[in-house]
Amino acid sequence: MTAIFTHELRSYFHTLTAWLFAAFLLCFTGIGAMMYSIQAAVSNFEYVLSFGCLIFVVIVPLLTMRVIAEERRQKTDQLLYSLPVSTVEVVLGKYAALIALYLAPLAIIAVYPLIFAQFGDVYLPTSYGSLFAFFLLGAALLAVGMFVSSLTENQGLAAGVGIALILFNYYSVSLSEYVSTSALGSVVALVALACLVGLLLKLLTGSGSLGYWAGLALATLSAALYILAPESIEGLVPEIMSALSLFERFYVFVNGVFDLKAVAFYLSVIGFFLFLTVQSLEKRRYN
Amino acid sequence: MLQVEHLTKRYGAVTAVDDLSFEIEREGVYGFLGPNGAGKSTTMNIMTGCLSATAGTVRISGYDIYESPREAKRRVGYLPEQPPLYLGETPEEYLRFVGEAKGLRGAELRRQIEAVVEETGIGDMRRRHISALSKGYRQRVGIAQALLGEPDTVILDEPTVGLDPLQILEIRALIASLGESRTVLISSHILSEVQAMCSKILIISHGRLVAFDAPDDLEARLASPGEISVTAETDAAAAQALVAGIPGVSGVEVVSDSPGRSRLTVTAGTGDVYELSKEIFLAFAGNNTALCELGVRKASLEDIFLELTEGGEAQ
Repeated sequence: MTAIFTHELRSYFHTLTAWLFAAFLLCFTGIGAMMYSIQAAVSNFEYVLSFGCLIFVVIVPLLTMRVIAEERRQKTDQLLYSLPVSTVEVVLGKYAALIALYLAPLAIIAVYPLIFAQFGDVYLPTSYGSLFAFFLLGAALLAVGMFVSSLTENQGLAAGVGIALILFNYYSVSLSEYVSTSALGSVVALVALACLVGLLLKLLTGSGSLGYWAGLALATLSAALYILAPESIEGLVPEIMSALSLFERFYVFVNGVFDLKAVAFYLSVIGFFLFLTVQSLEKRRYN
Repeated sequence: MLQVEHLTKRYGAVTAVDDLSFEIEREGVYGFLGPNGAGKSTTMNIMTGCLSATAGTVRISGYDIYESPREAKRRVGYLPEQPPLYLGETPEEYLRFVGEAKGLRGAELRRQIEAVVEETGIGDMRRRHISALSKGYRQRVGIAQALLGEPDTVILDEPTVGLDPLQILEIRALIASLGESRTVLISSHILSEVQAMCSKILIISHGRLVAFDAPDDLEARLASPGEISVTAETDAAAAQALVAGIPGVSGVEVVSDSPGRSRLTVTAGTGDVYELSKEIFLAFAGNNTALCELGVRKASLEDIFLELTEGGEAQ
């Protein structure tokens, strides 16, 4: 695993990606710091982070798009499979390198509140609590981005899908207000979701029938719920949409609450997507 | 060193490898021969853990590739059809990564990198970017990678494809030297290449093993021992009459016929083809008929290959 980690870290610095990632993150939070902390003289550093988290939409896919897609395109994935290293170690090594790269600019950002505290009254626990949540938010998005990269050998496609996914997640709470709360609306959305899960299963396992049957079973379940107990699924879709929002849980920290449930949520998302990435790589060996 | 037992791989309805079994016990260069699409790469991918098998097992130095993949993979080096190189790195950086991933550290890592760089002759290129290297040198870097960790078995998938004639000769010499101390399995669809390098040949067709023997033994196995082409200064009928009287002739075919010169192809029976050619010479000499040409053509590996692989198709 350490071999994969150091190799990956070195390869980021061979190209511009690592520098671009850090530059974008620092530039964007820098602009936020200038606007909020300097111009408007607001002492809450968490607002800067709340403003800065939008940049993840661009920089996370920028960093993760090549992480596995490029291995496939260059056929170096065959080397990884033939080395005495397990797929879990490959995925963990790559993810650890992403986290290490992400921590470097964060370490610089971590100094800002201390600087501002010299000139005013900054409440440091909220600042650092938010910074911790900011780190978890980015780490979760990096896991999502890595999974997207494992689905294709086309970097551009990985970046495009990554941006779309993160953007959708960013706006999912605002969008959820426009989604129908009626039972009929819910069932339509649930059936669509069931088809999506089925498709994902088919892609990951390479077994068409498993995907179709799982999709069909979930769709039937939703239809049955609609017929038997329509009131139980009323308003379900907007609820799911806001529950899955990674950004929404970060704002709780910005508001000054250290939410352990959110920490557990972020860690589960990371674990889940790393697991999916391992499965996606393993599937290549089985098709 | 390398055991393959009842290996089967199916892609949906297509069977790429069909109940393949063989065992390689000693060092040397082994050729894995078959037409395109016979299942060579699939088998090699399975043997190195890059691909799962539908059924059957592969054991490398006694370790099962699925049950103890780490131990098995440590004992095998693999160069896939397309060398898996990170183009933005130098051979030195690349080899350091592969060595570390194979569990080598510190002085041992440096020693082994020096050894494989020396063995594959990439010393002058070690600090250039791989993207700037020629195909022959990239192939060498790929082989160097496979040799790290001192594996007992080295598997090379079509190592000479796409190289120019000089590079092919160099890579062949390199492979021959590797075979002195290790088991080297190379795949190819080029017969002359396998014949030139390998001590034993495995021929597969449609995913099945159809032959596993030394090149000379394969030739001996073939039913027809050979043909003799005869050009004599007489017409075909006279020449035919002379040949027909010789024991050991199983067939005569007239290739060309004119009063002053005719050509025949004589098919040998089961006896020694050179003995037969001597008899033909003496028969013509005894009759005072001049022989312009007497050529022995033994069955080549090419014939064996065609016979075996087409036989597989007919099944």
